[in-house]
Amino acid sequence: MNDPPDVSPDPAEHEEYAHNVQQHVTRYVLVGITLLVFTGITVALSYVNFGTHKANIAVAMLVAMFKAGLVAAIFMHLAAEKRLIYRVLIFTGLFVFALFWLIYLAWYDPIVR
Amino acid sequence: MEIPYTISNRPDTGLWNAKIGIWLFLASEIMLFGGLFSAYVFLRLDAPPGMWPHGLLNVPVGTMNTAILIASSVTVVLAWAALKMRKYRAYWWYMLATISCGVIFLTVKLAYEWPQKFDHFGVFIKPEALEKYEQYLGNHHLGEKGLPPRLEVSGHLHNPEALKDPNVKEYEVALDPVNAYPTNPSMDRPHFLYMPPTDKIGIIEKEDVERAGMFVPAHSTYFASYFTITGLHGLHVLGGVLVFLYMWLPVSQKVYQRNPEHLANRVEVSGLFWHFVDLVWIFVFPLFYLL
Repeated sequence: MNDPPDVSPDPAEHEEYAHNVQQHVTRYVLVGITLLVFTGITVALSYVNFGTHKANIAVAMLVAMFKAGLVAAIFMHLAAEKRLIYRVLIFTGLFVFALFWLIYLAWYDPIVR
Repeated sequence: MEIPYTISNRPDTGLWNAKIGIWLFLASEIMLFGGLFSAYVFLRLDAPPGMWPHGLLNVPVGTMNTAILIASSVTVVLAWAALKMRKYRAYWWYMLATISCGVIFLTVKLAYEWPQKFDHFGVFIKPEALEKYEQYLGNHHLGEKGLPPRLEVSGHLHNPEALKDPNVKEYEVALDPVNAYPTNPSMDRPHFLYMPPTDKIGIIEKEDVERAGMFVPAHSTYFASYFTITGLHGLHVLGGVLVFLYMWLPVSQKVYQRNPEHLANRVEVSGLFWHFVDLVWIFVFPLFYLL
């Protein structure tokens, strides 16, 4: 397989950007390693008794949120994105909150409870 | 007519079209999985004591699959970076690695994890008969330790005809270690390594059975939510693999030759989808395998 020639309409335009990308590559690999390490930590912590089962769940979810944050911020470039995307996600976050609020609503029973 | 703003930013949104497109799609995906996770939390919080099982899934295999998915997230972002640096050959290899990871993940799920569950049998004992099967359940021991009771006897079904034939009055089960040695303190908590059913046979009379069946979605709320969420997640992995395959095949080389940035952008948006699928798994793995 021959590498296709670079026929970008304006090579100069992307040259500086490509240089930045090279620097990012190291960071992507480091984040990947961090995620793998924290996967091991999640598994190990699940065999530690934190007193109650709820405490174990809370610890695991904290680690999962940290990992998810890394994926979103670095791999998905959310650490530096355009405003419109943040706006979309803030709205989504509100609706997701509503989804979990439904649980409370399902329990809400002013007569029996 | 060509689709506009595949590379340059649209003046009003400040983004190229596919980028805003994928984020709107991901927003709807967050709602889809958010609904399922919300249902999961609701079902789990309202499960009576002993009705939410632990340690039924193979943790080392699940951990391996998690690592594979994380590795594929790294390779896809490296594939994108390679395109940005105009290294098509490196891109090709990183893409191949990503596709392989996706295929391995699906193979492990569909050819190993799921079939192993379909082959496993469980019997929920009627509340009034629990005492009769104390030798398999060890609930006195659990009660002393303040642990939730066991309501199910599980293992490999030795007489599958019992499932259909009403004349067969009992189930013969090669007991899981947890039911073979229920009062052994090492069985109080789930094990890291998978422990196959023992040679010890347990006999359960059908009249004492609340319900019995293989570990399929109908078995319990736990397996219903497990198969629904991992099934939907698996479909997403499959979708990602198909899209990556298209971008890896020679047909996409033409896009690269016409304008490499166009292919880079395509890889970026499909990569965003792939990272999202990885992100969902980061929550699925501890919730179903570990907790």
